[in-house]
Amino acid sequence: MKALVSVKRVIDYNVRIQVKPDGSGVVTDGVKHSVNPFDEIAMEEAVRLKEKGKITEIIAVTVGGAKCEETLRTALAFGADRAVHVKVDEEIQSLTAAQALAAVFKKEGTEIFFLGKQAIDDDAAQTGQMVAALLDLPQATFASKVEIDGGKATVTREVDAGLETLEIDLPAIITTDLRLNEPRYLKLPDIMKAKKKPIEVVSLADLGVTAAAALKRVKVATPPKRSKGVMVKTVDELVTALKGKGLI
Amino acid sequence: MSKILVIGQQAEGKLNSGIAKVVSAAKAVGGEIHVVVFAADGSAAAAQAAAIDGVTKVIQIDRAENDHGLAVIVEPQIVALAKTGYSHVFAAGTTFGKDLLPRVAAKLGVQQVSDIMAVHGATSFDRPIYAGNAILTVEAPAEPCIVATIRLASFQAAGDAAAAAPIEKQTLDVSLPTHTRFVKLEAQKSERPELQSANRVVSGGRALASSENFSIIYSLADKLKAGVGASRAAVDSGYVPNDMQVGQTGKIIAPELYFAIGISGAIQHLAGIKDARTIVAINKDPEAPIFEVADYGLVGDLFTLVPELESKV
Repeated sequence: MKALVSVKRVIDYNVRIQVKPDGSGVVTDGVKHSVNPFDEIAMEEAVRLKEKGKITEIIAVTVGGAKCEETLRTALAFGADRAVHVKVDEEIQSLTAAQALAAVFKKEGTEIFFLGKQAIDDDAAQTGQMVAALLDLPQATFASKVEIDGGKATVTREVDAGLETLEIDLPAIITTDLRLNEPRYLKLPDIMKAKKKPIEVVSLADLGVTAAAALKRVKVATPPKRSKGVMVKTVDELVTALKGKGLI
Repeated sequence: MSKILVIGQQAEGKLNSGIAKVVSAAKAVGGEIHVVVFAADGSAAAAQAAAIDGVTKVIQIDRAENDHGLAVIVEPQIVALAKTGYSHVFAAGTTFGKDLLPRVAAKLGVQQVSDIMAVHGATSFDRPIYAGNAILTVEAPAEPCIVATIRLASFQAAGDAAAAAPIEKQTLDVSLPTHTRFVKLEAQKSERPELQSANRVVSGGRALASSENFSIIYSLADKLKAGVGASRAAVDSGYVPNDMQVGQTGKIIAPELYFAIGISGAIQHLAGIKDARTIVAINKDPEAPIFEVADYGLVGDLFTLVPELESKV
């Protein structure tokens, strides 16, 4: 069974986000980028299933500009066998990305698709569900446990009310939540090996995808700042202050 | 004029408390507001929806398959309904809404507006990006339809209606998939409040130095009836499991009272707590960035201060 895993290049989670003074976006030049952390969890899950013999081949996919090649190299170092780079130069939004990913999924004849539950840049949390809808396939979002048996997957999901378990027929789309696994640290030999693995570059046109109408980004602003509070000297002072505010 | 369809999320006959907040967001857009309830028997939830101020009609769609509110089951029904002339489809930014609504958007061929935190007009909205470190204003194409989830923390619940809105039972001729089956729902077993909904949260960081030492965090949390969280550094050091992580790569929380103990205040942690009402920080380093955002800061050795705090609250 072939698995597809999507990885997105995002600003590293340790970077302090700076909004451009003209409100056109956030500063990305010269800023450290990494693989979206939730996508690393997706990648790790696919690799573990391959190690267990449930998956035979892992294909990593990304939709983005030239710099996304490094993101795919990271996925290949994790254990993807090969990669597909849907190269786009302009900014694209979730539905267009989903159309491209759905097209790759179909073209590759994959049976299971892992995506992070959201990317930490746009925080939209839409793409996996959109891919599932476009392909009319089952989805299990926010997965914290995945078991594959025959043509089915049993997935535990993190929902507001607790943990929900679904049984879904394959092929299916699964989006990964934090608790699913802890991604491995990449080892140098794997990073070296990844450099030799193949990356196929395709365009939206190659996939027969026309970009969907976009939301117009009017402006990006900095949120109101929290003001610095007071320093207390002792636990007693702290307790008095909290009690005074009715907080404890 | 706008005609807004609000997805009336319910479970076991109870309308989700977030729906009154979604109705507030819909009122900010203005126009007709219809709440649709999908259930095996939605009578109780429909009555609750009809009692929310601003709702002009409730549509009740009873069907056995709707019992567990599965996204793949509800989505085709919403799509069929949305095509009958709605300008907006709104759902709560709950796990239910987040799971469901992008499917609806994809089927209608539109981008979804996720997590609306402010409404400027029928097509213009603010939403947080980068874990709330930036606010994006978007203008959504009005045609064919605007599909959006509402960030519940940003809206007050609409009040009670003077007179209940009419409830209309409908049947939709839509075939539903059988590829997805509900198995079970386990409610959180922990005695402690769930991290994301807790009023108070106590989090520990790398300075705890071991998983054994985390016991003082649990102990203080239990005294305060608080949920327990941790920084990514504490998780990466193996002191606590990943699901306790608070921050951009973990859980984003908004408790009334938050204790950051032995947490330096990395950007990614701060992103997860910026909506906390009151932040208390205890750290031995007076220069720690956490003190820049804390409402109350206390410098000192956490191994002395935390037990003392526990004994005095």
